[in-house]
Amino acid sequence: MAEYQNIFTQVQVQGPPEMGLDDTGGRLMGERAGKPGFSTLIGWLGNAQLGPINLGMLGVVSLVTGTLWLNIIGFNMLAQVGWSIPEFLRQGFWLALEPPGPEYGLSMPPLNDGGWYIISSFLLLVSVLAWWARSYQLAASHKMGKHVFWAFGSAIWLFLVLGLFRPVLMGSWSEAVPYGIFPHLDWTTAFSIRYGNLYYNPFHCLSIVFLYGSVLLFAMHGATILAVTRFGGDRELEQIYDRGTASERAALFWRWTMGFNATMEGIHRWAWWFAVLTPITGGIGILLTGTVVDNWFIWAQEHNFAPMYDGSYGYENYGSYEAFIGQED
Amino acid sequence: MFPKWFDKWNRENPRDIYRPAIVIGVAGGAVFAAAVLVAGGQPFATDSMQTGPRGTGMSVPEFKVDLAEADPDIERFLASTSEPVMPEGDEETAGEARENVPPGLEDLTVENYDRLLAAMREWTGISDLFEDPDNYQSSVGYLMIGMTQNLNEEWDGHVNANKEVGVTCYTCHRGNAVPNNVWFKISPVNDSVEGWSANQNRVTMQSQYTSLPSDALEKYLLEDETIAVHDLESRVAGRPGDEDYASIQQTERTYSLMNYFSNSLGVNCLFCHNSRAFYSASGQITPQWSTATLGIDMVQELNNTYLAPLDGTLPDHRLGPVYADAPKAACATCHNGYQQPLQGTNVIKDWPELAGTEGPDYGN
Repeated sequence: MAEYQNIFTQVQVQGPPEMGLDDTGGRLMGERAGKPGFSTLIGWLGNAQLGPINLGMLGVVSLVTGTLWLNIIGFNMLAQVGWSIPEFLRQGFWLALEPPGPEYGLSMPPLNDGGWYIISSFLLLVSVLAWWARSYQLAASHKMGKHVFWAFGSAIWLFLVLGLFRPVLMGSWSEAVPYGIFPHLDWTTAFSIRYGNLYYNPFHCLSIVFLYGSVLLFAMHGATILAVTRFGGDRELEQIYDRGTASERAALFWRWTMGFNATMEGIHRWAWWFAVLTPITGGIGILLTGTVVDNWFIWAQEHNFAPMYDGSYGYENYGSYEAFIGQED
Repeated sequence: MFPKWFDKWNRENPRDIYRPAIVIGVAGGAVFAAAVLVAGGQPFATDSMQTGPRGTGMSVPEFKVDLAEADPDIERFLASTSEPVMPEGDEETAGEARENVPPGLEDLTVENYDRLLAAMREWTGISDLFEDPDNYQSSVGYLMIGMTQNLNEEWDGHVNANKEVGVTCYTCHRGNAVPNNVWFKISPVNDSVEGWSANQNRVTMQSQYTSLPSDALEKYLLEDETIAVHDLESRVAGRPGDEDYASIQQTERTYSLMNYFSNSLGVNCLFCHNSRAFYSASGQITPQWSTATLGIDMVQELNNTYLAPLDGTLPDHRLGPVYADAPKAACATCHNGYQQPLQGTNVIKDWPELAGTEGPDYGN
């Protein structure tokens, strides 16, 4: 029994490297670079074989532009602390590459006042889109569906809304998100506060529904499959083609629990749609903020879903400061 | 180590002792922890001060251990204060009997002047205060007496918002020549950059150790920038950079100021605001919001009329590290982390000499 109670993957295959199929007469094999190796450590987390990788021209473009983006941020941060490495490490979580100030609108600002931000953002755009195109290319070359491509596209939608579409509609690059650990969180808070509380934005609500729903579905699916690995339930392909006792039990467990159960195929549609709808709805909510609605709380009042509470404001109505600090005479 | 028969018995009777040990250890630990909590009570018990309607979650929490302990400065103040000596009308005045009497205090009776001088020396930690009229501390002191009287007289709405408490030198100084919680201008804080890239994203006292802008105190409490950032209709025209359309960056600066407010008073947002609609026009603010708003005006006057102009009077070592500006006041300078300075101790009742510019009213 105890052999099924594990934190890490239990089955590791190490042997002659698996190089993959190639029905293109050597073209795909030629694009797969790197000598494959094996690692017990990564085998605990997934497949023990590392490499080869089909990077391709788009992958190279993506890595190069992405690295440039990251280094522009790093060197800007370093310049801000006077090129001091200790200070860079100490203040690392606080530092940022900020977008231009509002006074520049959509024009190109000086390099040290947002210019580097625009340049690096352009490089990031190229990097992300190249990686996106690559996910299409690789899926096509393996005659796969383009589900990963579209799912990644939904995340890119949110990314483009935040950094491109919304700033353009607002007429100012200053609305874009800074590149920094704490500073991008400051942006998030300030964005919600500035536009009258994002929690009253219905698309923000939907995004949260799908985000938390994704988490729930992921936990249900992961737990269900792990619970039937002892019957071979983790071998999904075999289970789909030739359903054995594992899938049957997994499905029946949920039918008996809540009357309804997904199927081996359907559960993955559930997961895909919940995941994909999280950034899609979130992106719509962000795009409407400041462009269509400037104060979400007032908008919610106008649409009758911000309830008013009876009662007074101020602690004097509920007690006294002296009583609270225990200095009542 | 063990006798042979024992090792042999062990070999022949293999038994997993780890599972029961872990089970018993975890269960036993849980029972022990539960027993300690039940017997000893919650070790981090809190108490909450409700600040708004039920259902809004508005309250200010404090640890009970913190509430149980009064501000230690109260005791120090009470040790330094003394009741006024009722003038009979025929006493010598301080102006006649003493040297270097600060202007405005000449008409005090000698007893009351000596009493006040001793207290002021205690409060500021300057043992020879007003001994040497040429010392810069004398001229600063003259100004500070006028400032204290002005605070008690003109800013009654903030200072005595809840009840009569007043301010004396001690409210800020707490026995130090320069009060602890003063501030200086430090922005820009980043090298090589300009504008909004230069005034934020550094660990500073002014940013409350966040990455928010470090120039909030300077912009709002010395200069007169608009703090409010909200639009009061669901849809308004305008774009960032326009005069009355607040940017994300301005919002972050406001948020920086609000962090300073809350740390200075030891409260959270909900002391003044219903966090679902921060802007005052929502009507969901507490009376403390109005008191704080008056406080902002008060601090602006203190800084611009009394404190900032001292940069020519103070010696270099009292000036700011970046701009050599005079130390300035803000919320924490008086409040020191409490909702009411010295937890609402009435400091003015013994000191009618500081209560106004009209001369003391001893109640006779």
